[in-house]
Amino acid sequence: MSSRRSSSRQSTGGVSRISDDQIIALVSKLRHLLPEIRDNRSDKVSASKVLQETCNYIRSLHKEVEDLSDRLSQLLATIDAESAEAAIIRSLLM
Amino acid sequence: MMNSPQQVKNPSSSLKSRFITRFLGALTKINAEHPISSSSPTRIFQRYRRIKVASNKSMAYSVRSRRIWSRAMLSRFRSRRSAFSVRRSSVKTTNCTTSPPSALIKVTINENKIAKGGLDMQTDELRELVPGGEAMDVCNLLGETAHYIKCLTTQVQVMRKIVDFYHLSK
Repeated sequence: MSSRRSSSRQSTGGVSRISDDQIIALVSKLRHLLPEIRDNRSDKVSASKVLQETCNYIRSLHKEVEDLSDRLSQLLATIDAESAEAAIIRSLLM
Repeated sequence: MMNSPQQVKNPSSSLKSRFITRFLGALTKINAEHPISSSSPTRIFQRYRRIKVASNKSMAYSVRSRRIWSRAMLSRFRSRRSAFSVRRSSVKTTNCTTSPPSALIKVTINENKIAKGGLDMQTDELRELVPGGEAMDVCNLLGETAHYIKCLTTQVQVMRKIVDFYHLSK
């Protein structure tokens, strides 16, 4: 990760004195959660790219929750939820 | 470092099981209150929306007050019920590749460059996506984002499995 990009402590109020190292650490932590960048393996991912990918990823996760809610709303009543619950919980946790 | 495996279970699996229990309970309730036999479009949409809210609520309640984002979400649920879905639908129109209006982002996102103003400018968009993001400093924002993403992926994973389960049981 280019350290150039992380020296961005332009103060917008100077409330929080965040070190560059902290930012680098947090951004790389984020990076590892992102599917695309994780597969990429390249060390030269800029912080702004990580943030961009993060936003995209969060949006896609939101969309997936919506799609799954939609599917669930159609499937829900086809089974007795009470009896299935225990089975689901067990199988999901295994 | 003291590590007692009996006491300290993997925290993410207990979060997951709390979420599953809550969410399934909510689904049962929704099923009882909005039976699928009445399938008017309004009803279907109501079911969908209730399920979506139940999913987010179940996760936020499972995380409890341990996180800034979950606290923000919980207080939203408590004060104004529809606030979260209203906020989200207005955020959806923001496209990552176009500059949003007003003084939000001055930097060209297409270039891999952080202009003057630095990381703070880049985070504006992220702040809108993470609950409570507006008030966080950059450090917190990144940490909260990581946790929020983990919880979202857990939500998605569990919901997928429930869908699969219902599919198979048909």
